[in-house]
Amino acid sequence: MSTRTLISPAVLAKSRGKRLYWAAFALVTGGFTVAFLGPLYWLVSSGFKDTQEVVRTPPTLVPESFTPENYSRAWEVMDLSTLLFNTFYYAFGALAFQLILDVAAAYSLSKLRPVLGKAILGMMLATLMIPATVLVVPQYLTVLDVPIVERNLLNSPWAIWLPSVTNAFNIFLLKRFFDSIPKELLDAASMDGASPMRILWSIVLPISRPILGVVSIFAVVGVWKDFLWPMLTLPDPAKQTLNVGIYSLSNGVPVNVLIAALTIASLPTLIVFLIFQRNIMGGLTAGSLKG
Amino acid sequence: MSAPSLTPSKAGRPRHPEPRPQGPAAPGGAFAKSLRRNLTAHGFLIGAVVCFAVFSWWPMVREFLLAFQKTESGESVWVGLDNFRTVFNDPSFWQAWGNTVWYTVLALVFGFVVPFVLAITINEFRHGKGYLRLLVYLPVMLPPVAAVLLFQYLYDPGYGLLNELLGFVGLPEQQWLQDADIAMFSLVIASTWMNMGGATLIYLAALQGIPGELYEAAELDGAGLLRKIWHVTVPQTRLILSLMLLMQVIATMQVFVEPFLLTGGAGPEGSTTTVVYLIYQYAFNFNNYGAAAALGLLLLVLLAGFSAAYVKLSRAEDE
Repeated sequence: MSTRTLISPAVLAKSRGKRLYWAAFALVTGGFTVAFLGPLYWLVSSGFKDTQEVVRTPPTLVPESFTPENYSRAWEVMDLSTLLFNTFYYAFGALAFQLILDVAAAYSLSKLRPVLGKAILGMMLATLMIPATVLVVPQYLTVLDVPIVERNLLNSPWAIWLPSVTNAFNIFLLKRFFDSIPKELLDAASMDGASPMRILWSIVLPISRPILGVVSIFAVVGVWKDFLWPMLTLPDPAKQTLNVGIYSLSNGVPVNVLIAALTIASLPTLIVFLIFQRNIMGGLTAGSLKG
Repeated sequence: MSAPSLTPSKAGRPRHPEPRPQGPAAPGGAFAKSLRRNLTAHGFLIGAVVCFAVFSWWPMVREFLLAFQKTESGESVWVGLDNFRTVFNDPSFWQAWGNTVWYTVLALVFGFVVPFVLAITINEFRHGKGYLRLLVYLPVMLPPVAAVLLFQYLYDPGYGLLNELLGFVGLPEQQWLQDADIAMFSLVIASTWMNMGGATLIYLAALQGIPGELYEAAELDGAGLLRKIWHVTVPQTRLILSLMLLMQVIATMQVFVEPFLLTGGAGPEGSTTTVVYLIYQYAFNFNNYGAAAALGLLLLVLLAGFSAAYVKLSRAEDE
């Protein structure tokens, strides 16, 4: 299933074209491998070097020393199990809140169409126009003293979970998908006496699995990769995320232990990516092409 | 499950299965029904709306208020344009804007052009596309701290791999992050490596939508490779290119993590102080939320133009 691209198949069919094609292919594939896997190889291999070798000039391409203890030391010294657990906890909590509240909101805006629904959607989408970094300061002050309930959410997972619900892009993606579900299908169910909740649960959600996958990935990766917000709102070392915890300890540990810690920190998302690469890369283009 | 319809309406609106309080022919029936429908709908909305109100809409309003206020012993006092004066008189102000614009320009040269070229290249291959796409996107999945600290190790002037590679090809060693002249370049290289996967995949998807006949027609007119790119590929992907360009300007003007982690924020001679880093300093190092909000407002106004253009363009795409 080859589609017609820049270079015509006629040119590629000639022997000179074929040779050029394979030369370019080898060059690009090799270049990509070095450029993108190279740094990762350097990360993993330097994590095995001993304290002298890791700062030796010239550096060794293949580690001469083999000190896997770096990894266990990194695990203990930086308390990576706590940091990993925290990050999982925040990321999947944020996912749960977004799946429940944002899906419900998008369903209401798309299918139940309440009074003022359009205005509310407009105000949600308007938040996409405001640079996120500009809002960090007033958001931080809000977390210190949440209006009405007058609670300080500093060092509490709620400081991650609740603001994560204000993901207008995910609501937009969900609403656009729900809009494409034919009205007749839902009308038939409501004629049979199904409540809006039941329609959402038994009809809308099963159809919407692809977009729910995309939104979930955005939600989890968003929390996993965030740095500034968790650094500000979770200053307690026992509550920190992987990113913030490693950063705050990075100056106090030997280079090889730090690098081993970075390798461990990279593994969860890399493994998830290798398993779900199709969904992740497909979701990215599906989400942004018509964004 | 199915209940016989008692109302004359055949609209088939979502209904609760529980018995309805009012009689079938009550004069207020339509109103009560619409009220109940709205209550249900707002019930589904309320959770998200409360979160938006507290953590998004209120902070947006507060950003404007803070910019014209000062906090004195726990009390907020109006100070007019004082915060803006503080910000304008800061010796770092113009340097921060200059650095931010410079970073944005560099990030466009690398981060905008490179992914497009990579996408065009990958799209030409009949083999290994999946592998190449996987590679480009791999760094995007790394936690930013891991990617950034890895670059710090690669950039180290003493034992870093990059200086070794430069020496290998006969180029002079660099101080990378410690040299005021090239610190920004170093940041952009790291940032491009970390972030360009997304753009590359989006361009790839756009390239696959170009009808092949256009290339054939161009060939009949005797167009070479570069002219085909310029006269077919670029115009055909123009909309997505402009959208990505705007998005990238908006994102890179807000750069914070890369300078904060790689050069400690300010960098040598303040050469990597960016606007958002300055906002961070006002708010969290000097507790001057007013100045932080004032500078933030300036950035917001500047970027609002780009955001508006983005919204207009993406509407055009929908039609």
